[in-house]
Amino acid sequence: MNTSRYVARSNAIAARALGDETMVMSATNSTLFTLNEVASAIWKAADGMTPLDEIIKNKVCSQFEIAPDAALKDAEALVENLAGHGLLLVSHEPITKQGNSCKEPA
Amino acid sequence: MSLVVEMAAKALKLNIPLSVQLDLTYRCNERCVHCYLDHDDHGEMTTAEIKDLLDQMADAGVFYLTISGGEILMRRDFFEILEHARLRTFCIKLKTNGVLIREMEAARLRELGVESVQISIYSHRPEVHDAITKMPGSLRQSIDAVRFLRQQGLLVTMANVLMTGNAADYKQVRLLAQELDAKFIIDPTVTPMMDGDRSVLKLNVDQDALREVFRNEELVGNVEEFCAPPAAVDQDALDSLPCSAGHTACYVSPYGDVYPCVQFPMPSGNVRQTKFVDIWRDSPQLKEVRTITLRDMPSCSQCSHGATCTRCPGLAYLEGNMRGPSTQDCEKSYARTGIPSENLKAKLASPKSVDATQLIQIKGLPPMAPNIPVRATEAAAASA
Repeated sequence: MNTSRYVARSNAIAARALGDETMVMSATNSTLFTLNEVASAIWKAADGMTPLDEIIKNKVCSQFEIAPDAALKDAEALVENLAGHGLLLVSHEPITKQGNSCKEPA
Repeated sequence: MSLVVEMAAKALKLNIPLSVQLDLTYRCNERCVHCYLDHDDHGEMTTAEIKDLLDQMADAGVFYLTISGGEILMRRDFFEILEHARLRTFCIKLKTNGVLIREMEAARLRELGVESVQISIYSHRPEVHDAITKMPGSLRQSIDAVRFLRQQGLLVTMANVLMTGNAADYKQVRLLAQELDAKFIIDPTVTPMMDGDRSVLKLNVDQDALREVFRNEELVGNVEEFCAPPAAVDQDALDSLPCSAGHTACYVSPYGDVYPCVQFPMPSGNVRQTKFVDIWRDSPQLKEVRTITLRDMPSCSQCSHGATCTRCPGLAYLEGNMRGPSTQDCEKSYARTGIPSENLKAKLASPKSVDATQLIQIKGLPPMAPNIPVRATEAAAASA
């Protein structure tokens, strides 16, 4: 069984970088979120094909002074939170297709 | 400070165009008596040009995209454009008369993640609404569209422009919105045509009707607070910016012309000749708009309404001076508080210069009113 987790940005969102932060809005209830710089890095890398631990290793720990274990723990909490609001999809398999999926990170 | 306000402040600091209204066409299947547009097609942007513009706007940081017209569904490529906007992850709001929205279109709009749809409803009575749109059957079709969109779970706002011909009906339209589970906004504004023709302003309601609206607590909330005498003009007020036009928002016409706002038709560039982001950053006109504070306005800086007035720089521009007063807003402040502005006092002191049509003009209400449109387009989002 594949123990890696894959994350993909939902197609039901609006999103845009604003400086080092990212605005994300749920299209289902118009709730607005902002992601800080680290969360934005995870958001941008959430392509559905890259495992979360690899995102943490290559996009977070390499650019921010964060211990890998702590970063992964925080990232998993973030992912659960965003998934709970329908902003991210999470799977143990690569996520290859959504209807009108976003072409590129905001 | 709400998250939306925080984001707007950050966009202002970073000089990012957070909100854009893009009109796809000025063509329309209705002929509303108060409309400010020329409905002939003078060379609309092509599908490819609009897609390229959407790419440019996304890259420039535009988040809130209001797609309007004219009637947006008059463009055969409307859904192709919308699909592209969806791919570029805008927060998309639509303004339409709804006549061409049936079950299939409503379902597609839902699939494409449209944030909200605003539909103009002028009256609950077909004979009144259809007389304003000059399209028989349009009220029924527009209301059907509201139903189809709500069935899809989309947020719908029914916008009621208040005019002499429908002033008695807004309460019933509000009830109709409640029945249809739609939001309701009232807009006591008829603006001059974009070419400067002010003849449509005769459709504006009079002071009595305006006073009644301003004292309807279902629309404005706390009437005593809403109609209170203006607060003193302090240093912060003198340094304040008029509105988001040109600061974090702008407007693009179907021909690629960029203006500070749809209601502020000062040509600031054309995306067929210059990249959107270069117009946004370097246009001398937009730069000039950004320099204006209340302190720079000779009349308004001396006016007791200075700190609380909803003065629209675009309407002031259409009156001839974007640093001058907007008489429509002066009239609104007067109806609200009973205290004349410096501009109105000057006009009354020189009766020969008074333009009777201007003295009955009115404009949108202050942003604190719950059922009344806020000029900044980012107001709809809730904070997380």
